[in-house]
Amino acid sequence: MTETTKTPAPDATPAPPAPRGLVPLPLAAARALLLGGGIATAASAFLAWTWTSEFPGDLTITGYPGGLQWLTFTAGLLTTLYALAAYGIRGLGWLLPARNNAPLVLNALGGFAVTWFTVIAISAELGGVVNLEPGGWIAAVASLLPVLGAFALPQEHAGEGTKETLKAYIAKPERIAAPQAVAPWVQRAVITVVTIIGLGVFTYGIDTEYGELFVGYLFVVVFALWALHTAGLLDRFSALVAANRSFTLAMGFAAAIAFPFTQTDDHYANIGVNILIFGTVALGLNIVVGLAGLLDLGYVAFLGVGAYTAALVSGSEFSTISGVHLPFWASALAGAAASLVFGVLIGAPTLRLRGDYLAIVTLGFGEIFRIAVNNMDGQSGPDVTNGPNGIPSIPDLNLFGFNFGQAHDIGGFTLGRFANYYLLMVLIMAIVVLVYTRAADSRIGRSWIAIREDETAATAMGINGFRVKLVAFALGAALAGLAGTVSAHVTYSVVPTPYQFAGSTPPNSAFLLAAVVLGGMGTVAGPLLGAALLYLLPEKLVFLQEKSLLAFGIALILLMRFRPEGIIANRRRQLEFHETGQLDVPKQTTLTDEPAVTKAGA
Amino acid sequence: MTTPVLEARDVTMRFGGLTAVRSVDFTVNAGEIVGLIGPNGAGKTTFFNCLTGLYVPTEGTVSYKGTVLPPKPHLVTQAGIARTFQNIRLFANMTVLENVLVGRHTRTKEGLWSALLRGPGFKKAERESEERAMELLEFIGLAHKRDHLARNLPYGEQRKLEIARAMASEPGLLLLDEPTAGMNPQETRATEELVFAIRDKGIAVLLIEHDMRFVFNLSDRVAVLVQGEKLVEGTAEVVQADERVVAAYLGEPFEGDPGEAEAAEVEAAEAAAEAPSTTSSTKGEAK
Ligand SMILES: Nc1ncnc2c1ncn2[C@@H]1O[C@H](COP(=O)(O)OP(=O)(O)O)[C@@H](O)[C@H]1O
Ligand SMILES: [Mg+2]
Repeated sequence: MTETTKTPAPDATPAPPAPRGLVPLPLAAARALLLGGGIATAASAFLAWTWTSEFPGDLTITGYPGGLQWLTFTAGLLTTLYALAAYGIRGLGWLLPARNNAPLVLNALGGFAVTWFTVIAISAELGGVVNLEPGGWIAAVASLLPVLGAFALPQEHAGEGTKETLKAYIAKPERIAAPQAVAPWVQRAVITVVTIIGLGVFTYGIDTEYGELFVGYLFVVVFALWALHTAGLLDRFSALVAANRSFTLAMGFAAAIAFPFTQTDDHYANIGVNILIFGTVALGLNIVVGLAGLLDLGYVAFLGVGAYTAALVSGSEFSTISGVHLPFWASALAGAAASLVFGVLIGAPTLRLRGDYLAIVTLGFGEIFRIAVNNMDGQSGPDVTNGPNGIPSIPDLNLFGFNFGQAHDIGGFTLGRFANYYLLMVLIMAIVVLVYTRAADSRIGRSWIAIREDETAATAMGINGFRVKLVAFALGAALAGLAGTVSAHVTYSVVPTPYQFAGSTPPNSAFLLAAVVLGGMGTVAGPLLGAALLYLLPEKLVFLQEKSLLAFGIALILLMRFRPEGIIANRRRQLEFHETGQLDVPKQTTLTDEPAVTKAGA
Repeated sequence: MTTPVLEARDVTMRFGGLTAVRSVDFTVNAGEIVGLIGPNGAGKTTFFNCLTGLYVPTEGTVSYKGTVLPPKPHLVTQAGIARTFQNIRLFANMTVLENVLVGRHTRTKEGLWSALLRGPGFKKAERESEERAMELLEFIGLAHKRDHLARNLPYGEQRKLEIARAMASEPGLLLLDEPTAGMNPQETRATEELVFAIRDKGIAVLLIEHDMRFVFNLSDRVAVLVQGEKLVEGTAEVVQADERVVAAYLGEPFEGDPGEAEAAEVEAAEAAAEAPSTTSSTKGEAK
């Protein structure tokens, strides 16, 4: 395809050739294809794609989209919106501040991906393309049109080899003009709207009922976010967030609290509470790994210590110290304290080691915890944990007469058992977020980062390396233990198996670490997002089964190759990994000059 | 002005069979600027590491204002000795201000609890730390770059920032390991002013340097370390006149990189010999 753009004009004019597209079409045709294709894609969702409702979601009804068709519809709509913005329609200019091609290309690709995925899935699952109704074929063709249109858009560096050209098509421009300053109430309104949309999108993802829908959902969300990123809108939004920190935090928690009220099925609240537990523990690990730079491969053991402690003191008849039934606040404190003690016991001898040694030793201790718990059954060892049988029948919590085990009606909404625990877990997560942010931004947080950056220099600055590392380790352990106490109640019983180094379902130490690294080390939102993703993927993609570990491995490698700072980048990390394009570092002169992109917008 | 700040007694450092520092006795008095020179590999940096607890000396003791220091870097800093490194060791991914704030670590005591509870005491301490740090940044002329990452500073500014970070620990003695390495002549001159200004704040300075003009200009006293042993110690005049020093530098050329450094040294020595009166006002206190 590049051939056409490469043909050198024999009588080359001195002026540089006008930029052309990869697909040789005039600009007007390219734009028309984008707009028309976008509309056609959205419209094709209303056709019947297949003849049988055997394919999940029932894509057989003309006039009413089902399941994956809604996703195609959404992607088509986004493409249409962006095509209109590219025409310069008034009121849509904010969608394309840099007037670059990438958002158009990526939106078109998103629609193409989800539609073709659906069509291929139908053919594969039902056995052949004969299962496609004409509507399916139309959708496939319609979703291809915007892609053709997008690649026909003139692009600066087109024609310097296919790879460079494609890169140029999806590249984010170096500089995007700063937006006009807007009133504070507008900023807050924007944050509110984005939060509501975010909650909606997130809820949709959790509520996806079958793997195909979840995959399609991921396609749409990833491409849409990517498009927004290349349009520069995500940067603008983070500038808004930075200018309205506490408001955003409040909105975030409001959204988190609102989640169970959007659910009718308690199963999804169960997923929600598990994500929160997993995310909270990942955030605790982030103190150890992200701030202090200590690679802890046995972290899940602290979750286990908390869970077992709570199980022992919460009045289960199978507890080896049965008869003890502490109130929740006491068992939560006991769990956190027990974890803290274990953290200190493990940390004290190991934290004198550096780097790889620490990783190996923590890996060993993590496994020792699981094996010890497995053996403390009264036969191989003292009777403490009932061995592999674990401690079942942990009673539900009862706080101030509020029984967590029962469904409650609140304001017309029914909150089931898991929704109750979900709300408790939001509270615990709020505590952990507070602990994390406050600790990070203080004398002790700075000394953790200093140790991570250069331990020798840090000790030469008067930091007692061992001591501050131990504090980080113990704090991380205590937070994990706290989350563990809730998880013991949520799951009714505790058994040794989840507390291992690696497994195909979270939580385990490898997944926790992956959540932190994938989401973005040293940030608050990163590990939470990473945890949500890593919990949902094996939950939703049941068909992957044991291959899911392989899939994660590949995904992690790709991520580390292309975005080593994680999905949500800590400012420091981003600068660390990408020497160029340091947006928020003004050049020597820019302090007097207009602010750089990421600082703009406030 | 002759109260000793630093007293090293009989400091010896052996690495296996190699004796990098051999029975060095060394004193720095309050208000002094002392230079430590010597060919590459003479053991100067190793001696610094012994003084600051990064190495545990095989033999000998180091005391600060009369008390013997334990060989633990953070306790040495706590006691009042701060240092910079030959190869810059800033916290590269922290901002300029954060680097200096880390330097304040020993002079603040807010722990985890106070960070979590954020009482008035915590806020006051943070505010004061920041004020102190900004004063220091103004002192070295980097206040306008407070929010830049240290890694993005030009080389010369990184060296300055390292000095500010060390000064943030409110030391009584500052050890500078080759503070002008890699600097151009203007930057070197600016550093000279900076070292005088630091001394005028009542901080004694011990510096390792290869730039002879710089070190003889600055120092009240200069000590020469050759192959781990202290060869000579005295005022600039005394040291420059000593034949053994000339021999150590010129007579036995060492392998490696004699080129630039040595040429500068010869030049400096000549310049100094021509106009001895231009060397800095010394206290004339030969030992
Ligand atoms: N940690 C160490 N282990 C072994 N040898 C060392 C170590 N540190 C320094 N040395 C050796 O000690 C000698 C003195 O080095 P150094 O103090 O860096 O010299 P200078 O700073 O005067 O150039 C060198 O021969 C060096 O190789
Ligand atoms: Mg040296």
